[in-house]
Amino acid sequence: MSAGVSDLEVRYGRHRAVAGVSFRAPARAVTALVGGDGAGKTSVLRALVGAVRPAAGTVSAPEAGRVGYVSTGPGIWLDLTVGEHLQFTAAAYGLGHDWRGRAGPLLERTGLAPARDRLAGRLSGGMRQKLALACALLPEPELLVLDEATTGVDPLSRAELWRLLAQAAAGGAAVVLATTYLDEAERAAALVVLDRGRQLAAGSPEQLVAATPGAILEARDRPGGVRAWRLGRRWRVWSPDGVELPGAARVPTRLEDAIIVATLAAAGRRAA
Amino acid sequence: MWAMTLKEFRQLRRDRRMVALMIVMPLVLLIVFGYAASFDVTEIRTLVVGEGAGTIAGRLPEVFAVDQVRPGDDRADAERALRDGEAQVAVVAEGRQPAVLVDGAQLFAAKSALAALAQARGSASGPSAAAGGPGTEAVAPSIDVLFNPDLKTSVIMVPGLIGIVLVFVGTIVTSLGVVKERQAGTLEQLAVMPLRPRDVVAGKVLPYFAVAALDMTLIVTAGLLLFDVPFRGSVATFVLAAALFLLVTLGVGVLISTVSENQGQAVMLAFMTVLPQILLSGLIFPVEAMAAGVRWIAYLLPLKYFIDVARGVLVRGTATGALLLPLGMLALLGVTVFTLAVLRFRHDVAPRTHRGGGELPDERPLAGAAATPGRQPGDGPGPGRGTTP
Repeated sequence: MSAGVSDLEVRYGRHRAVAGVSFRAPARAVTALVGGDGAGKTSVLRALVGAVRPAAGTVSAPEAGRVGYVSTGPGIWLDLTVGEHLQFTAAAYGLGHDWRGRAGPLLERTGLAPARDRLAGRLSGGMRQKLALACALLPEPELLVLDEATTGVDPLSRAELWRLLAQAAAGGAAVVLATTYLDEAERAAALVVLDRGRQLAAGSPEQLVAATPGAILEARDRPGGVRAWRLGRRWRVWSPDGVELPGAARVPTRLEDAIIVATLAAAGRRAA
Repeated sequence: MWAMTLKEFRQLRRDRRMVALMIVMPLVLLIVFGYAASFDVTEIRTLVVGEGAGTIAGRLPEVFAVDQVRPGDDRADAERALRDGEAQVAVVAEGRQPAVLVDGAQLFAAKSALAALAQARGSASGPSAAAGGPGTEAVAPSIDVLFNPDLKTSVIMVPGLIGIVLVFVGTIVTSLGVVKERQAGTLEQLAVMPLRPRDVVAGKVLPYFAVAALDMTLIVTAGLLLFDVPFRGSVATFVLAAALFLLVTLGVGVLISTVSENQGQAVMLAFMTVLPQILLSGLIFPVEAMAAGVRWIAYLLPLKYFIDVARGVLVRGTATGALLLPLGMLALLGVTVFTLAVLRFRHDVAPRTHRGGGELPDERPLAGAAATPGRQPGDGPGPGRGTTP
């Protein structure tokens, strides 16, 4: 089944964290929520897994027993061992005795097998993330939700975590994740761009790139008076009307450009 | 250094609860405890029995507040009345020599009674007594201290200390255990897992209950062996009172954890509930010696009722029937506090409370979406979870 939210609004007391967010996360695919800090990614994910009640809108998700969740914390018990985490998760999800059969390969794939008896508090940051993911994957969820599961994880471990996510999606799960890394977002089948609690755009990376208004230019030096950002040693420039500037040549739009332009355009609309 | 001081003041100001605890609480505590801190019992509840009861009742020193005169009762009835806590002193006016029975389990009332009797005896042997007519009052009464004949402090303190240990384990340790879960962010993980909220609450509290119960068994045994504390009453009654009392203290612990953001706040709050219990429950200062303005607080404290039962059952061997009031109060406090605690804790672990259909956006499906329609409203309860406020 697919999961998703429609016209979602999340409030914490009087503070409105998210409003008007709608997307569908299909099975067998990775859907990524992208946006800067405070964009509302975590609030959307919390509403999706049922950790917070929406103030308005609807949430559709499988029952709790079919949802795996890795929170930013990442929500593991520092004074339990790796093996005890899996045992508790298995019991909480009512997996019965065959959980051991699943846990073995999962520990191998996450590289946690040698650390089975180690306390979670003694694991490195990356290994803790892997443990949280292993716990989320153990019940073979229909919906797998990850909140910045790869933040602070070294590049090699990130690649391993992504391999696990891809496997889960290939196995039929709808994977929804929040990330600030746009190279990760590029691997997702669909993206939801959030900014200040609002949904700016949604679609596949190709769709988002195609829908970018104006043109992206590249310059050696920072052009004055226009919206520009660095990419490597060069400057990227957004030209809303598509007009080329002196010293800046038109280049193909990348996903990163598309997301930055969506944010800039929203800021422009707010200012207007 | 000023930068550091300014930063610290700013942080302190943000933690309003801490400021309140630091400034308001000491003042309140000083005032309350100042009025409560008194060992002087000025009124001793006294029962007079025996055929001469009517005569004797009027001649007792002022400190004996005679509230019951039963000429038809005998010494055995008086002993039972003391055992069941109906009076602190009983005067048996039978035969030539009256007998004064003193409840040794109420240490300070007993000491006041003995002092008053000694003083009366001293003045009776003086000239004013010699002028008295031919009556029984010239005969010095026999004095019997029951239950705790040597008036040992440990005998009455140990049952109360059992309660204090349970308060510490129940309130402080429990609140820390739950707050730790909140601070680590694992409470949210529990909320999302397919666990029933009541199972989360019960599963969280049960280990502390078990540890506290084991703790209690240990300290009761140690108290009996090391301090010669008697155990004269019903074990079942004591166990019942202890279980009810634990329910209250664990409930207070959970309640504190639901209003605390971190372990520091939890410890401070727990301490603020423990301190009044230690000082106002009758453990140290007798409740009847407290100023009336603060005495009522004692009647809100679960430890007071636990101590009533513990001293009654252990030291006096009080019949269960005479302990129904403290047992009932413990049950009432236990049910109230624990229900409140569970409701508040439930709120933390069960934000998703209603089921129903959820309609997904069809107008802008995401690319690559092999979309299946979302559950429609009116599908009725099913495995899916939708939320519609």
